[in-house]
Amino acid sequence: MKKIELHTPISEKNIRKLNVGDHVFLSGTIITARDSAHRRMMKHIAEKRKIPFSLKDMALYHCGPLVKAHGDEWLVLAAGPTTSMRMESFEAEIIENLGVRLIIGKGGMGRKTREAMKCYGAAYAAFTGGAAVLAAKRIKRIIDVKWLDLGLPEAVWIFEVDRFGPLIVGIDSHGRSLYEEVRAKTLRRLNRIVEDVISE
Amino acid sequence: MEKIFKLDEEDEYYVPFSRLAENLDLQNLIEKLTVNLLRLAVTELPADVKKALKDAYRKERNPIGKIQLKAILENIQLAEEERIPICQDTGLISFYVKVGSEFRDLSKIEEALIKGVKRATVEIPLRPNAVNPFTQRNTNNNIGRYVPCIHWSIIDGDYLEITAFPKGGGSENMCALRILKPAEGLSGLKRFVIESVVDAGGMPCPPTIIGVGVGGTSDMAMNLAKKALLRPINKSHSDPIIAELERDLLRAVNSTGVGPMGLGGDSTALALKIEYAHRHPASYPVAIAFQCWAARRATARVYSDGRVECLSHKDRSLL
Repeated sequence: MKKIELHTPISEKNIRKLNVGDHVFLSGTIITARDSAHRRMMKHIAEKRKIPFSLKDMALYHCGPLVKAHGDEWLVLAAGPTTSMRMESFEAEIIENLGVRLIIGKGGMGRKTREAMKCYGAAYAAFTGGAAVLAAKRIKRIIDVKWLDLGLPEAVWIFEVDRFGPLIVGIDSHGRSLYEEVRAKTLRRLNRIVEDVISE
Repeated sequence: MEKIFKLDEEDEYYVPFSRLAENLDLQNLIEKLTVNLLRLAVTELPADVKKALKDAYRKERNPIGKIQLKAILENIQLAEEERIPICQDTGLISFYVKVGSEFRDLSKIEEALIKGVKRATVEIPLRPNAVNPFTQRNTNNNIGRYVPCIHWSIIDGDYLEITAFPKGGGSENMCALRILKPAEGLSGLKRFVIESVVDAGGMPCPPTIIGVGVGGTSDMAMNLAKKALLRPINKSHSDPIIAELERDLLRAVNSTGVGPMGLGGDSTALALKIEYAHRHPASYPVAIAFQCWAARRATARVYSDGRVECLSHKDRSLL
């Protein structure tokens, strides 16, 4: 398995080098967004309004962190990924319009996102779901927070990270999805497994 | 110290409530216990879950699956050492409460639990997760209509047992209920379980614990599936036929290849537990409740003299 160190900003050339199954560590800037932030980004895109942060060549992280107020500052305690599939209906347009290079989340995404990744040069990397303290340890500082009115988990947090990972490339920019491949394999086995367990 | 009576063969001692110190503030005690029980639950997995995860790591043959399990084990250790919640999603807070019919101040338990959740949200902290489904407003304190979810059962005696069960949204979203035709019966049940696991893929954060509730009314089936998740991993069903079905289904689930986080591998589930109720002749309800690998639960018993014993984690002081 190939181990790769990535830094933001990520060029199209570097993202196209990634293949499903690659083991990646990311340093630089990651920006969190989950359901509400995606809906708001979509609204901004539709109304041609400027978004108060740039996702161009950046990593977007499906995450609603657990943060604690510490004086005037925030402390990130736990920041594991959330289920990416909830963002499936938005993500292709976000990639197309905002130039995101890497989406980080858990559980994988669907065909529409996979096609947008192939078309515009982006990839999806899985961070181990629930490994939230491990993730928080790799966050070196909070650069900024936007859209706090959406609530703490739904706000857009901009983190500086150092060797954020382990990340596994789940969808690459060549149209391959590890999730679809695992799923196809399990579906081929499914009937046999069911028949075996029924006959037991 | 009050005179102690022997309760049963398990060497449990209690003091009847009539002799309870008048000045013991039970509500305050339960509130404090609630905070500490939630803290224990979200920061430290029970020993049976930790052991199952270590076993899964040892047995996993898929290199990507192995990376996932290694990250999980590292994360558990970090959370435990630093007393930080294992996962940022500390769930919609649920409690299973067994309350002795002779327990004093019955009416104050709920208030104490609610106050405890409010405090825990700030003190631990827990992520605020109670959202109004119509206005989308987050209450920011984990309290809302019917939330925390409290499942009551009344038992004999005069002690109180509280299980804190903070369960994340990712696994909750994959829960499934189907009312099978009685003719489909056991075969239908088996098919439904395996298909649900494959459908869920990586979304409930495998390796999961799978609770299967069979029979009863539709709501009862899901309740039983959830109750099955409370049973320790190393405990099979007391009925040997059901215990065998649990083993067969677990083996089948783990041969699907879904693997840790749905990225492929041998460890799709750590355990599969079944609970059942008798059913209506016309219906065969089957509910499947997924629990993520971060299977958080903590249980304590409050005795009448104010003593508190932790049942889920060894030698833990909760007050």
